[in-house]
Amino acid sequence: MMVEDAICSFCGCLCDDINVEVEENNVKRVRHACRLGSSKIMGHERIRSPMVRKDGELKEVSYQQAYERAAEILLAASKPLLYGWASTVCEAQKKGILLAEEVGGVLDSTATVCHGPSVIGIEEKGLPGATLGQVKNRADTIVFWGCNPAEAHPRHSLRYSSNACGRFTPEGRSAKRIIVVDVRETRTSKNADKQVIIQPGTDYEVISALRMLVAGKGDVVPDEVGGVAKKELASLAQMLLAAKFGAVFFGLGITHSRGRYKNIDNALSLVADLNSHTKFVIMPMRGHYNVGGIGQVLAWSSGYPMSVDFTRQAPYFNPGETAACDLLAKADTDAALIIAADPASNFPRKIVEELAKMPIIQIDPYENPTTLLADVVIPSAIAGVEAEGTAYRMDGLALRMRKLVNSSYPSDEEILDGILECVRSLRSAMRMQGGA
Amino acid sequence: MRAIMISGRTLAQGANCESKMSEDFFKAASSCHLSKEDYDLLGLSDGKNILLKNEFGKTVLSPRVDDGLRKGIVFVPMGPWANILIGPDTGGCGTPQFKGVEIDIEATNSPIMDIRELFGSVQRAEA
Repeated sequence: MMVEDAICSFCGCLCDDINVEVEENNVKRVRHACRLGSSKIMGHERIRSPMVRKDGELKEVSYQQAYERAAEILLAASKPLLYGWASTVCEAQKKGILLAEEVGGVLDSTATVCHGPSVIGIEEKGLPGATLGQVKNRADTIVFWGCNPAEAHPRHSLRYSSNACGRFTPEGRSAKRIIVVDVRETRTSKNADKQVIIQPGTDYEVISALRMLVAGKGDVVPDEVGGVAKKELASLAQMLLAAKFGAVFFGLGITHSRGRYKNIDNALSLVADLNSHTKFVIMPMRGHYNVGGIGQVLAWSSGYPMSVDFTRQAPYFNPGETAACDLLAKADTDAALIIAADPASNFPRKIVEELAKMPIIQIDPYENPTTLLADVVIPSAIAGVEAEGTAYRMDGLALRMRKLVNSSYPSDEEILDGILECVRSLRSAMRMQGGA
Repeated sequence: MRAIMISGRTLAQGANCESKMSEDFFKAASSCHLSKEDYDLLGLSDGKNILLKNEFGKTVLSPRVDDGLRKGIVFVPMGPWANILIGPDTGGCGTPQFKGVEIDIEATNSPIMDIRELFGSVQRAEA
């Protein structure tokens, strides 16, 4: 059987033209996907059974036993962290928020080690955005700043940006001007008309210089900024001003570097400045396929897009205090539920060492370094492949992920429901004991 | 030698990020890309590994020449090997500084730790 126009559940591009060949409920072949998406949909070796650690070893248990142990851990903690959420669907995210409210925890997403600074920058300045469809159909000038879609979002250029053919861009790549700003040459920069190599950590200064040049105040710009000659920056500013419709895509090269959210703040200001002269939009290159979704679901349910503390009477958000890395670094959390993420691999080592000191519940289809530290391991169906649900593309467009094959594993949503039910019955038993 | 490290996605790292316990992920993420000039200066051509260290820790990786890098800048695929060198401070915004990290690099005969060895030394508390 061929499943046509399936949606890929790897990155924020959410490519919706994937054909998946299914035989006897197994994925046999994936067509149109990039290497990243194909690898994700084809799958890897799975965790076989739920497990609970006893005497230092993970021992196989039933799902119900794992849910009960997870509920005990969450209720015994004074401030549990519920972290991950980027590689699962909105329906599971919604259930996670309910669980965080019920147990009085902090819910944070992988955005905080990714585009968290973009989220903060956008809160400060607002986002002059567009859909990827608008970019495909209209943009004649594309800037990739601190991102390398050729390796992180391989089909972005062909489907939406530099090489896409759209209604008003029928000639595709040949009629577009592509600019890449980075600290190194990349596969993406090989496709550029103009490549600007800056010194690491100088994004803010270079953006400031461009803002001055765009505003016609080039006389205040020094001869060299961030290792780039003023003449080269002036030519870049002219290219930006000459655009009929320009689009800036930015990545972790700018959010992970010195300046972090202030870099984004400044980039947003540059795009706002450019809109005094021509049409320009800007968009973060979101990594995990539904990291946009957790931001949306958290925002409409709590008012905040990430790092939300539900231990108080009302949701509270203060990144630097309530973000996962800050909570762990300051030992301000005492248990963790990790879902659809691998912080043991992706957090700084010193923070992983703090995480290992507390009980960890892991919900994931695959074994990874977080499994090595976990006390409860609950294997799940792969959202977007074995379970359906909603996901948000990097431009904020909500798309429905279909189930491509059946699975004997429960979905993330079903697992969270199971834990929630155990939390409620355990709490009511505790109340009755307390009352007696 | 002093260097600036950046960490990030590569195609091979991304394609294996759901199979982190595999040999393929080990090959994809335990490498350090550097310019030919730095590679030669460190004397890495005779099969030696490269040691990266700073105040937060040290990690041994497999060196790879990358013509896209300027002298003094090294690239390590995102993952647990790179993250040994990342500090915990988030500058008040929740996000550690994964790029632009100051490190020292030198040639070494030490082996590269595999993923289980890497986490074997993490002290875990029994729940």
